[in-house]
Amino acid sequence: MALSNVVETPASGFNFENVSRNVALEGLLEGGHTKAPKPMKTGTTIAGVVCKDGVVLGADTRATSGEVVADKMCAKIHYISPNMYCCGAGTAADTEKTTDLLSSNLTIFSMNSGRNPRVVMAVNILQDMLFRYRGQIGASLILGGVDCTGNHLYTVGPYGSIDNVPYLAMGSGDLAALGILEDRFKPNMELEEAKQLVRDAIHSGIMSDLGSGNNIDICVITKQGVDYIRPYQESEYKDKRQRRYKYRPGTTSILTEKIVPLELEVVQETVQRMDTA
Amino acid sequence: MNTRGLRSQLKDSVPVTGMGQQVGAYGVQDTLRSGFSSVKNELLPSHALELSEKNFQLNQDKMNFSNLRNIQGLHAPLKLQMEYRAARQIQRLPFLQSSHLALDTLKGNDESISFEDILNDPSQSEMVGEPHIMMEYKLGLM
Repeated sequence: MALSNVVETPASGFNFENVSRNVALEGLLEGGHTKAPKPMKTGTTIAGVVCKDGVVLGADTRATSGEVVADKMCAKIHYISPNMYCCGAGTAADTEKTTDLLSSNLTIFSMNSGRNPRVVMAVNILQDMLFRYRGQIGASLILGGVDCTGNHLYTVGPYGSIDNVPYLAMGSGDLAALGILEDRFKPNMELEEAKQLVRDAIHSGIMSDLGSGNNIDICVITKQGVDYIRPYQESEYKDKRQRRYKYRPGTTSILTEKIVPLELEVVQETVQRMDTA
Repeated sequence: MNTRGLRSQLKDSVPVTGMGQQVGAYGVQDTLRSGFSSVKNELLPSHALELSEKNFQLNQDKMNFSNLRNIQGLHAPLKLQMEYRAARQIQRLPFLQSSHLALDTLKGNDESISFEDILNDPSQSEMVGEPHIMMEYKLGLM
């Protein structure tokens, strides 16, 4: 239906029309007892280490929504490009969308220019995007990749700050993981040693932090390719279902059955010759 | 892409347009079309990003043109703005979908994806305007 108070097509992008309504609703719902649902956060431990042959990224797999575990097998290591992967901590939807946008932009770039994107380009795009929204996008990311200039590991904060260091941990369990990394990191480590170190760092994050848990995912990026091991280690506290909870076919009895055949007739037939020259 | 490092060019206050209500005849708020208004809603932005997002593209363009003027001389932004104006005029009537293809190519929007391409796609907007009123608004008769 055509509305007469719309005089211009609405602009695309973010729409702030409902903000004042939401603020007014916050306190009004049942005298302030009911609150709006909290967005799903990843309350995470993510870590990354630069080793001799490449970059090793690790993450846990728990996503929380308030005090409830919302997802036990959340994938926190996102694909950016064939030579770059990104771990995300913070609000789950924000990290997901931001890394998707980054990946799309880099794909367009590599199609246009015919080159593999460099890690610095990805970091700059992320930094521009996150700073533009002044931290309202709650995404703390660890970006790791191998390109023609070497192996790189960067962290991007939600307000757009970046840091380029050989080992990193982010998320709510970062202090525990950083302890392990600070203790045992050496420059130019071997791949297996680096994988073990990242695994231990995530494990200590899982043990010491409520927001991290369940399995550990590891992603190894080298010049030869990417090895995304999911899960690298399963949690020993996995629960087994006691019974089958699905209903057997025939549980609901059929009272009546009516079959109506659909009769179709050929109205028109056209043949188009395909030019296979 | 953003250009940075131009603090010397930015004046103390870049003029930003306010929230802007529907102004009817005689410069007064048009109650019939847009309902009652409160001064607080019109003057202050309700979200931290509202003003910044509204003027983001304008401010970026200002910064880029001023940078271009300093590097290449006055002719560079003048030529570019002439091309932008020409490209901006290639569009359909206001209530129809225009692709803005030339304008997007000039600005470089065809090589990047941002929230403007994903959220609130105008072709899928739930509200349709009345064609006559949109034409009148565009021609400035309203």
